Amino acid sequence: MIHVEKLVKAFGPKIAVNRISFQVERGEVLGFLGPNGAGKSTTMRMITGFIPPTEGQVRVGDHNIIDQPIHAKRLMGYLPESAPCYPDMTVHGFLDFAAEIRGIRGGDRKRAIHRVVDLCFLESVLHQSVDTLSKGYRHRTCFAQSIIHDPDVLIMDEPTDGLDPNQKHEVRGIIKRMGEKKAIIFSTHILEEVEAVCSRAIIIDRGEIVANGTPDELKNRSRNAGTVHLRIGGVSGTMVREKLQQLSGVEHVTLLSEDATHAEVSVKPEARESGSLGEQISDLIHRESWRILKLNRQEGRLDEVFRDITKPDTIKEGGKAA
Amino acid sequence: MNQTRSNIWCVLKREWKGYFATPVAFVFIVIFLALIGFFTFSSQLGQFFEREEASLSSFFTWHPWIYLFLVPSVGMRLWSEERRQGTMELLLTMPVAPWHTIVGKFLASWAFLALALLLTFPVVFTTGYLGDPDYGPIVCGYIGSIFLAGGYLAVSSMTSALTRNQVISFILSVVICLFLILAGFPPVTDMLIQWAPGWLVDTVSSFSVMTHFFSFQRGVLDSRDIIFFLSLIGFCLFTTSVILRSLRTN
Repeated sequence: MIHVEKLVKAFGPKIAVNRISFQVERGEVLGFLGPNGAGKSTTMRMITGFIPPTEGQVRVGDHNIIDQPIHAKRLMGYLPESAPCYPDMTVHGFLDFAAEIRGIRGGDRKRAIHRVVDLCFLESVLHQSVDTLSKGYRHRTCFAQSIIHDPDVLIMDEPTDGLDPNQKHEVRGIIKRMGEKKAIIFSTHILEEVEAVCSRAIIIDRGEIVANGTPDELKNRSRNAGTVHLRIGGVSGTMVREKLQQLSGVEHVTLLSEDATHAEVSVKPEARESGSLGEQISDLIHRESWRILKLNRQEGRLDEVFRDITKPDTIKEGGKAA
Repeated sequence: MNQTRSNIWCVLKREWKGYFATPVAFVFIVIFLALIGFFTFSSQLGQFFEREEASLSSFFTWHPWIYLFLVPSVGMRLWSEERRQGTMELLLTMPVAPWHTIVGKFLASWAFLALALLLTFPVVFTTGYLGDPDYGPIVCGYIGSIFLAGGYLAVSSMTSALTRNQVISFILSVVICLFLILAGFPPVTDMLIQWAPGWLVDTVSSFSVMTHFFSFQRGVLDSRDIIFFLSLIGFCLFTTSVILRSLRTN
């Protein structure tokens, strides 16, 4: 549904977005991650046709956003970063305007408004003017306008920003449900949100894509992904380390602590894919008849991956050398 | 075509309702009517009664000056407020062409100014009650006044696209409108004619709203005057669209 090809945006000498390409199909929810100022909002603004790209192409459905902006915009719903609304209008008036300008008429308009009011829990403030609303309600009002025409493509810039935890949960639920039938892109700073909602995530840093994959794939890029922690009773730590070291696919074994009763070690696998390591360890334990006090395998952590690949240059190089 | 009309209509309606959502519209209308009444009937200024003429010339003479401050105060919010609130991003990602929104917003404000102007109808009744006026120049004067307001408003639309600060937008548009008045204001042109060649003074004053507004007041509906105001409006709205496009590009 969304095809982004070699998209470039330069503001004077500063290149905000540098040759970004990706695609989002129907049924996908794409999470857009990146530090502040990485170019997330700029990319979204180019996709929605608010700012023209310096170079590159954006296609939404069958329409190019530059050559056929109106056709492309019809397919899209957009929630801008600050969730702007007209403060002098009532919630109902605002949604009515959004529906009318999208060409929804008569009874359809009434039904459309009713549907989004239900979905976004706006019933209680329907006839209140927007400038008297709390931030959460204002946010949901703007969210409601973005889905009022039940668009095939939904672009949301930080849709859960400023919401309380319950509202966040609610909005995530809505996005996830809608993601089954639509192509959705949303940006966020909250990494758990990506795991909860996205089918795929892109991390961008300084205008370039630095990672693109499912949340699980990204997590596996974490330094500690696949590391196994073991606590074994009644054996000396040195022996445990030696035995484990002999297994194939083990990069190194660290002795974490040891006393008279137990030894604790962590086993770091060589490759990121460590499917057989668990089996080997369990065989070894069985053979040696060790008494297990604790055994777990670490999942990768998205925030670790995020920090690793979006660090400023100097720190990043230091990290690589270590 | 149909789509274009309904898009413009939709933007126009929203903007129109925006004026009446707050007391601003009523405050504006009251100030406008009070000022125009004062200037028209004052024995020092308009001398409506002292002239003992059944005409509205003492009424229309003041329009360019009153509009100079009141029209920019209506027009200053047109785009600067959209920019400040961030709603411009919303509006321009809707499936409408940018010029639909520019024209729609302009027409809504113009209609509002026309409404304020039409509420001056008691002046016409007063004149008709006291004497036997020639209604031709009065109708022409009203038409001219609407065009004059439209011209100023288009200038304000342009200056409000330039900045998200309404005060700056107001001041810029007052300065430009003042120039449009002074270029053809007799005290200024009389001074110019002493050292500048006649053709130059004529060219400069042909850019002035005064020259064109005066001929409406005399009861002449000249196509050149109408074309002048329409091209002023067209030019300023086109410039508005250029400014908005360059804002989005940079």
